[in-house]
Amino acid sequence: MATVDVDLPHVKDDDPHHHGPAKGLGRWLFTTNHKDIGSMYLIFSLCMFMIGGIMALIIRAELFQPGLQLVEPNFFNQMTTMHGLIMVFGAVMPAFVGLANWMIPMQIGAPDMALPRMNNWSFWILPFAFLILLSSLFMPGGAPNFGWTFYAPLSTTYAPESVTFFIFGVHIMGASSIMGAINIIATILNMRAPGMTLMKMPMFTWTWLITAFLLIAVMPVLAGVVTMMLMDIHFGTSFFNAAGGGDPVLFQHVFWFFGHPEVYIMILPAFGIISEIIPTFARKRLFGYSSMVYAVASIALLSFVVWAHHMFTVGMPLVGEVFFMFATMLIAVPTGVKVFNWVATMFRGSMTFETPMLFAIAFVVLFTIGGFSGLMLAIAPADFQYHDTYFVVAHFHYVLVPGAIFSIMAAAYYWLPKWTGHQLNETMGKVHFWLSFVGVNITFFPMHFVGLAGMPRRIPDYALQFADFNSMASVGAFIFGFSQLVFIYNIIQNVRVGEKATAQVWEGAHGLEWTVPSPAPYHTFSTPPKVD
Amino acid sequence: MSGSTYYVPEQSKWPILASIALGLLAYGAAMTLTSMSADRDSIGPWVLGTGFLVIFYVIFGWFKDQIREEAEGLHSDQLDGSYRQGMLWFIFSEVMFFAAFFGALFYVRTFSVPWLGGEGEKGVANMLWEGFTATWPLLQTPDMKQFPGAQNIIDPWHLPLVNTILLISSSVTVTFAHHALKENKRRALEAWLAATILLAVVFLYFQAVEYHEAYTELGLTLQAGIYGATFFMLTGFHGFHVMLGTTMLFVMLLRCFDGAFSPEKHFAFEAVSWYWHFVDVVWVGLFIFVYIL
Amino acid sequence: MTKAITLALSLLAVPAWADWQVNMNEGVTAISREVFDLHMLIFWICVAIGIAVFGVMFYSIFKFRKSKGAVAEHWHENTTVEVLWTVIPFVILIGMAVPATATLMDMYDTSEADVDIQITGYQWKWRYQYLDEDIDFFSNLSTPREEIMNAQAKNANYLLEVDNPLVIPANKKVRFLITANDVIHSWWVPHFAVKKDAIPGFINESWVKVEEPGVYRGQCTELCGKDHGFMPVVVEVKSEEDYAKWVADQKAMKLAMAGEASKQFSMDELLAKGEGVYQATCAGCHQLNGQGIPGAFPAITGSSIATGSIDGHIDIVVNGKAGTAMQAFKEQLSAVDIAAVVTYQRNALGNSVGDMVQPSAIQK
Ligand code: HEA
Ligand code: HEA
Ligand code: HEC
Ligand code: CUA
Ligand SMILES: [Cu+2]
Repeated sequence: MATVDVDLPHVKDDDPHHHGPAKGLGRWLFTTNHKDIGSMYLIFSLCMFMIGGIMALIIRAELFQPGLQLVEPNFFNQMTTMHGLIMVFGAVMPAFVGLANWMIPMQIGAPDMALPRMNNWSFWILPFAFLILLSSLFMPGGAPNFGWTFYAPLSTTYAPESVTFFIFGVHIMGASSIMGAINIIATILNMRAPGMTLMKMPMFTWTWLITAFLLIAVMPVLAGVVTMMLMDIHFGTSFFNAAGGGDPVLFQHVFWFFGHPEVYIMILPAFGIISEIIPTFARKRLFGYSSMVYAVASIALLSFVVWAHHMFTVGMPLVGEVFFMFATMLIAVPTGVKVFNWVATMFRGSMTFETPMLFAIAFVVLFTIGGFSGLMLAIAPADFQYHDTYFVVAHFHYVLVPGAIFSIMAAAYYWLPKWTGHQLNETMGKVHFWLSFVGVNITFFPMHFVGLAGMPRRIPDYALQFADFNSMASVGAFIFGFSQLVFIYNIIQNVRVGEKATAQVWEGAHGLEWTVPSPAPYHTFSTPPKVD
Repeated sequence: MSGSTYYVPEQSKWPILASIALGLLAYGAAMTLTSMSADRDSIGPWVLGTGFLVIFYVIFGWFKDQIREEAEGLHSDQLDGSYRQGMLWFIFSEVMFFAAFFGALFYVRTFSVPWLGGEGEKGVANMLWEGFTATWPLLQTPDMKQFPGAQNIIDPWHLPLVNTILLISSSVTVTFAHHALKENKRRALEAWLAATILLAVVFLYFQAVEYHEAYTELGLTLQAGIYGATFFMLTGFHGFHVMLGTTMLFVMLLRCFDGAFSPEKHFAFEAVSWYWHFVDVVWVGLFIFVYIL
Repeated sequence: MTKAITLALSLLAVPAWADWQVNMNEGVTAISREVFDLHMLIFWICVAIGIAVFGVMFYSIFKFRKSKGAVAEHWHENTTVEVLWTVIPFVILIGMAVPATATLMDMYDTSEADVDIQITGYQWKWRYQYLDEDIDFFSNLSTPREEIMNAQAKNANYLLEVDNPLVIPANKKVRFLITANDVIHSWWVPHFAVKKDAIPGFINESWVKVEEPGVYRGQCTELCGKDHGFMPVVVEVKSEEDYAKWVADQKAMKLAMAGEASKQFSMDELLAKGEGVYQATCAGCHQLNGQGIPGAFPAITGSSIATGSIDGHIDIVVNGKAGTAMQAFKEQLSAVDIAAVVTYQRNALGNSVGDMVQPSAIQK
């Protein structure tokens, strides 16, 4: 991140258009304020994380031992599906959008998001979308049970009735994401304070600019593929049916054209967060700012041409297989650049290890491990052995839980004082970190082993040789899950009490957001600050 | 940047109402379709209908507020820029939506249909579909019982060609209207805009005629196998967008009669014309890839 | 209560089956060993890179901490190292891609096979058809329900055992033509490094050449509905002589079966037989008690079809219902089995229509 020297014009509150928050419930229902909307996104995401997490715990409880103990296989599949969907679309994405809402206007010196009313709309669609999704649990035939990847024809001809609700839920959720992304792009391109050139933007803003582009490019494709499903189910088309000339694999191509960029949507903002936190606590500028920007851009572009690495076993022609293998492996290069730059930032810095930094360091290590297993998966002939086993589950949880989720926690701890005006309770933060760190590894590391040993994913019961590592993973999951209570406690405590935080909060912090008082005023900037 | 302060729009009830509307629409549509397919009655259509009522109320009210605020001079140049960005990226998202269907079309033509017909690297599949040969347009499907193929397809050089000419002309007329607006020639603006709408309506009419013919005479239906499926999805969604675009043009025309838009400030008009050009470009893609090739 | 106690006790007994396999199987074919080597190669490369990267990182963490008086330096760019650490990984990747591509090409070479077998995935069983011989059978999970429900101790091959394993000859190139009847399945035997999706309406090819006779076990690896976890693959590799003998046996058995179909059965015989067929084949969906799963699988008890005209009943079992999970059982079950199960459904599970059907009346 480029250092910015700011000339901050007095924040004034007497401006006629800049009032404080409205009173009562109306504040939340009608708001156009990016901070209110950001908070709502974050709270929503936390609720979804809990619901998705409880589903994960049901999965882990059933898998604690071989045999069927707690749930029916069909319900197990519903749990797996809903867990994946809720975590991806309900927990991680809204959390990043919430952070974007809070931080981007502050980081670029804008008064608010570019389209504040649409912003409110994007948020309020989500509760309805997820209400529809969750209500499917109570429908005859049960909730969607075909995996978060909903491969046809299991999700069309053979699906429970609730699939139609799922489809429309995805439609409106997609509309929400697209509007949210448009808003973020418009804000970044159009609302920067004078002097805030693109190459001076903080990394978090940069990664979100690119993420928003990815979102606008792929969410419509998701809408397209669920629409084709809808037509196959209700109107007799044959997109995914060979009998009419279609192909079930067509579904997978379209889905993963969305799906792969989607997984980067869940990690690029995380890269941004980590690139903010490490320099702060290393007290040294981010190493290789411009190569960081180019790396993120290359990852994003490459993400459009690697989708079929999820489909190595569907029997693509050899050239396809080879092409997608090479393209996927290439992503390791820009991602490596990012990892090396973070390490180089720490090198010869002056480091301290407050809670955000602990999460950031854990992110670097554990995400890289997840990236390595990703690279192994990218080797097509080896993927024939890994595919659809717990090795894949281990891979993506490493990049998603100590990856995306840790980055979100790091961000929450990092910016919380700015939001609430209260200094963090470091002890409790560290307790949360260490419990999570240990829990996450006990949960997901053994999954590599059972995966390699041959345990398929999405099964409610397994052969005896997988038993030990599975019970270990289940124990870890409960440790990790329950240690999130500490997180919730920390947040609530920080909102209520705590030492008054200074404007800069962290000794090494730089950037516009650290120049305004903590808590940040309701309308951060009413006149554009000058950035030189 | 206009002046030194930022403009932030006030709180509004429209977004939350719009969300409720979308929720009702989604839930209602899902209920309607599931009960329809299962031959049951449900309150789905009522929920759906309520959703439509609310969404129309919102669209109406939201734009009214918007227009009022603009008339009061509240909108800064910066907001105008945001609107432009918003519309452009929205159109980009629409492009990607169509890309999904075009992608499906390319995929079935180059891969799945030939494979099923015994051609190419995965031609063994033909073992399962004895007697099926790959052709495009796909009149004979692998399983004619489940998906009876069409007897014939639409001749591109009749109605579709006319429609192409109609839509391209409408793109031209809407540009003329825009120029007229910039030169403050109100009568010309109204005339060109009306002409655009006329062309669009005739296009839609022909499209309806074509669909009717497809269903009643050619056996070209959604159920006719993948040719029918891709044909109707692409042309259908396009037609739906034309319908939306026409409605928007019509609203613009009404606003013109009302004296809205100045030669300098007329973003709403521009947005609609961008949208119209986009719809036009999609049609050209359709004409080439769906009808001709 | 006793159930709760058994459960609690079995929780304590967890480590009884301790087996700590942490790595991939090397497998039993040339290809599987190539894959294993490739896997280990990438793994060690990643370990090496990891050690280097984390090494520098932890060194920094210990060395450059503020509490030790470290003062941050001011540099934040260095084109040389940045180019280096872009190029070096790139070169390493090429080093991985070359052997990977070679292995892939071997795997894709399905030419000149000695035996062709068509494998079809069904919800939740596999069908094996030997294209050059007249052999065609289904392979179902054979683990007893009691083991799955924890009412009985689990055997060593728990969930990895079937009634009729696939039998192939050793030292012959066997080509698999993999497809599916309903949803996508995936046929996987880890020891062969063969995993191929079974796609309805399309055929994927794969092949294997095993040197050592033996029994190799795998599972369906594509989510295919409720019993996806209960759809194992078992392959018995036999020496060439044993294989030839097995083929002959199969043919003899088939002749014997054909005779059965013209026999007359009594109601009791049909009911007894039908119960077995029902439990093995139908109960997965319609449930042991015939109640089905509301919204997914209809109940047989009181079903208008199962208590209506017997022709309609036979028809749905023989021909299935297109576009639903109810498959055509004419290929899976013998005429005797179909007659038995239809009779059973009409006169058990709470139904008592009273009529029956003889195998000779089943029109396949
Ligand atoms: C945040 C989400 C996220 C991220 C960032 C990634 C990152 C990567 N993923 Fe992952 N992936 C998922 C989420 C993610 N993935 C999910 C959810 C699935 C499963 C979906 C499902 O089926 O349900 C999946 C599945 C998946 C598969 C399919 C597996 C299968 O089903 O068989 C593959 C295959 O190629 C893959 C590859 C990769 C690669 C190469 C990367 C790379 O981006 C990683 C790059 C990083 C590094 C390599 C580490 C750092 C680099 C260095 C230190 C440089 C030097 C390194 C070398 C030269 C080796 N992923
Ligand atoms: C960002 C995404 C994300 C996140 C965060 C997680 C988090 C977790 N996931 Fe999951 N997971 C996916 C994305 C994610 N997952 C996806 C995409 C799939 C694939 C789905 C598919 O196959 O279709 C999957 C699949 C998946 C499986 C495989 C299921 C199968 O194949 O059948 C398992 C099994 O162990 C699992 C476990 C867990 C666990 C234990 C956590 C834990 O980290 C969760 C811990 C969190 C909590 C427990 C909630 C917070 C707790 C509190 C607030 C305290 C209060 C709690 C209580 C009182 C209980 N996940
Ligand atoms: C993979 C799941 C599955 C299996 C296995 C299965 N069925 Fe079915 N069966 C279904 C489904 C789904 C339907 C409902 C079809 C429909 O929508 O009409 C059905 C319907 C039926 C019906 C009609 C019931 C009614 O009232 O509609 C009968 C009779 C029946 N099956 C008999 C059998 C028999 C006999 C077997 C075993 C030999 C069997 N089924 C195995 C899924 C299955
Ligand atoms: Cu068959 Cu999973
Ligand atoms: Cu991917």
